[in-house]
Amino acid sequence: MKKIKPILSMLLTSALTASAFAQTGGNAKLTAGAGSAVAVTAPSETLIRNGTILTASHGTINNGSILIRDGKIVEVGPNVKARDPNARVIDATGKYVTPGIIDCHSHTGVEGNVNEGSLSVTAMVRIRDVIDPYSPSIYRELAGGTTAANVLHGSANSIGGQNAVVKWKIGKPVDQWIIPDAPQGIKFALGENPKRSNSQGLPAGTARRYPATRMGVEETIREAFIQAKDYMRVWHEYEAKKATDKNAIPPRRDLTMDALVEILEGKRMVHSHCYRDDEILMLLNLSDELGFHVQTLQHVLEGYKVAKEMAAHKTGGSTFSDWWAYKLEAYDAIPYNAALMASRGVIVSMNSDSDELARRLYLEAAKAMKYGGVSEEEALRMVTLNPAIQLGIDKRTGSIDVGKDADLVIFSQHPFSVYTVPELTIIEGEVYFDRNEDLKQREALKREKADLIKREREQRGGPRGPRGERPEEPQPRPNETSDKL
Amino acid sequence: MKTVKRFLTPTVACAAALLFAAICSPARFVSAQGSETYAIRNARIVTVTGPVIENGTVVISNGKIAAVGAGVSLPAGAKVIDAQGLSVYPGLIDADTEIGLTEIGSVAGSVDVSEIGDNNANIHVDVAIRPDSSHIAVTRVNGITTALTAPRGGLIAGQSAIINLDGWTPREMVLKSPAAMHINWPGAGGGRGFGGEFGPAGQQRSVTELRREQEKQIENLKKILRDAAAYGAAMDARRKDTSLPKQNVDLKLEALIPVVRGQMPVVINVNLERDLKAAIAFVTEMKLKAIISGGIEAYKVADQLKAKNIPVIVGPVLRVPVHEDDPYDAAFTNAGILAKAGVKIAFQTNDSAYSRNLPYHAGMAAAFGLPKEEALKAVTIYPAEILGIADRVGSIEQGKIANLIVTDGDPLEIRTQIKHVFINGRDIPLTSRHTELYEKYKARP
Repeated sequence: MKKIKPILSMLLTSALTASAFAQTGGNAKLTAGAGSAVAVTAPSETLIRNGTILTASHGTINNGSILIRDGKIVEVGPNVKARDPNARVIDATGKYVTPGIIDCHSHTGVEGNVNEGSLSVTAMVRIRDVIDPYSPSIYRELAGGTTAANVLHGSANSIGGQNAVVKWKIGKPVDQWIIPDAPQGIKFALGENPKRSNSQGLPAGTARRYPATRMGVEETIREAFIQAKDYMRVWHEYEAKKATDKNAIPPRRDLTMDALVEILEGKRMVHSHCYRDDEILMLLNLSDELGFHVQTLQHVLEGYKVAKEMAAHKTGGSTFSDWWAYKLEAYDAIPYNAALMASRGVIVSMNSDSDELARRLYLEAAKAMKYGGVSEEEALRMVTLNPAIQLGIDKRTGSIDVGKDADLVIFSQHPFSVYTVPELTIIEGEVYFDRNEDLKQREALKREKADLIKREREQRGGPRGPRGERPEEPQPRPNETSDKL
Repeated sequence: MKTVKRFLTPTVACAAALLFAAICSPARFVSAQGSETYAIRNARIVTVTGPVIENGTVVISNGKIAAVGAGVSLPAGAKVIDAQGLSVYPGLIDADTEIGLTEIGSVAGSVDVSEIGDNNANIHVDVAIRPDSSHIAVTRVNGITTALTAPRGGLIAGQSAIINLDGWTPREMVLKSPAAMHINWPGAGGGRGFGGEFGPAGQQRSVTELRREQEKQIENLKKILRDAAAYGAAMDARRKDTSLPKQNVDLKLEALIPVVRGQMPVVINVNLERDLKAAIAFVTEMKLKAIISGGIEAYKVADQLKAKNIPVIVGPVLRVPVHEDDPYDAAFTNAGILAKAGVKIAFQTNDSAYSRNLPYHAGMAAAFGLPKEEALKAVTIYPAEILGIADRVGSIEQGKIANLIVTDGDPLEIRTQIKHVFINGRDIPLTSRHTELYEKYKARP
């Protein structure tokens, strides 16, 4: 990995430079040289004017404008003017503006850290601790209009680790990526993955882990919650005793139990990976029995079979548009899933579970129109407002409404046209992707790379290095990170 | 029974022709074809090879396109489809898939994609295509009527077939078999098309070591092909002079004889710039009729491909760039750059379950620089030309097989609905495992 670093830093530089450049424009003052530090006096307001605005909440505004101040949307409509004479103006004539795309199932930035698979209950581990801000996938997703993501633990465990709901604020310190008021969440998983039926090549001598059946998955979850209820009771007893007894000894803290107690108290959302109808019903019934809420079912490829029960539990469905047939439990998956669930009153989102797919969720949403005839606005909601609702962040993002964060994407054509190109991606009023700037930077990046390679070779003594070995070239990365298998 | 009477003569003639073909031609396959006559009228006809006909008629008879044009009259007794507001396009062609060879990815018993061993030249997929695979109907209802389906394992993976996505038996489906010999280019690490899987999995090896292994594999490949040439020469010699000693039969080498003689195309699955360069040098040296498949970095060697006249079956387009510092849209712009350089391209999904998304691979390439018309050609007439079936499919022309789709718009657009799919002149029901489950659960009280 050592040799890749210069290129990584180069990428990051480019991303930073691109966004810094793009923030300026209009009448804003800047001093900048290619690749050097950029000093920017950001305008207080940004006006996106004369675009077709797909609000995702209240229809389409033709020839509409959006005024942004302090990262928030302050006005939306046909006749909006900036107050600040120095406001940055983005002309969106002929273009389409949508809310930032939200991916309700992502493992971006946690490559190699997706699964703590040694136990089937790992509620103590936290995705927020392991996000790699240098993952090249993040910039690529911004280039596909994706602004926010539910970064989840993998699906190896019945009860997996804690999630992180982030905005892809590339270039900012990673702790600022986490949406501060997003409710905490956790990953559950049902079916083939937690029973490890597709994991091959276990190291020699490794025993198969419990559970190995769907029955065992249910018992694993039930036992964990019964334990958590005992733990909760012991703490309540201690709290009561503490009031009268200064010498009361606190119970020992258990981080796994803490997380489960938060679920029982409604302070932590359950996002459960699942496929088959039987396991979906199992979890919904179990949640009734144990007294917790299932916020979303993830993948939920047979959700269309039990959508009624999901709706009755106010459980959302976050699915793929058209994945199927990659394993037995995905064999009854149909592309009509989203439409059927929605028709029964389930809040539905389309997610990626893939660094590749996360770049084109806007097109995935169009498939809900193709398969099952969902309306245009409802389809758009499936990658904007609906995932925001499912993640409990809809007060601040997910639609183009006054008071919400200015998380926006400008597309060259209608976002559901296969010929569209996302051109500008904005988070809280700041530009994080600008296609024009990206294109301009490419030649400079090429030169910088050639220069770095030349220097590397010189340091190693000639083009073939000291021991006749060629300098290492960056190796291809796997196509995507996914927990689908 | 009027219909039967009217079609008696053509049917008999047709049967006789088919019998004749079966006896006289080396082709082992007879396509299933419809016997109905259809007239699709008031349609916008996108012929692909000729101009768009704004308000025309396509007549289908005996599985073929009998007539196409603006002033075509409706044959008596034809089933008339009024296509007011609709368009007719040629059926789409997915130029490299695994359709029919796999059902459920993780269930080994349902997967017949990869054989064991370096040289599998003698295996041919036409014996393992499952006509009832649910993938077939799922794919065709989205407008894909024809696909190349190929084996994947080893250095020489075996022989592919081009199939129409309808038929009771594999032989009824096959349009051409063998279609091509498939080679996985050995590379320095990575998966298929990034080099074979050498050595124990997970073992870290230096780049130098991997490169040496790669060079060894390329030499191995050359040796196999030279052996095949020698084997063929020996066979010819003995045919002329039976006093020569009879050589032991080697089916693998025998299968490669048309390859080394430039009679059978070789599809080389290769992706990275460095490997593409090596593969171009290899096919030049070995005088092969080559097609590149995959070609993720083909845009970096577009001029060389053009100079050698090597076509590229691009795809999947919907994938992330190979290197961290590649432009984010490298996989999307690849096809456009190749086309601009004059390289003949076609698209592929390299898949089975997701072959239905072929039009969106072409569409994404069009969003990022490939002209729309070229994108459409690259899923119709170009794959037909590259794969040697352009005399039969790939455009709407009189005499071609009636593989057509009727749509309410541009077939590369996701929101477009397919209204009819004709394969071999049969009006295929627009049902699949997916629509059946949809209807079933839509009706749940």
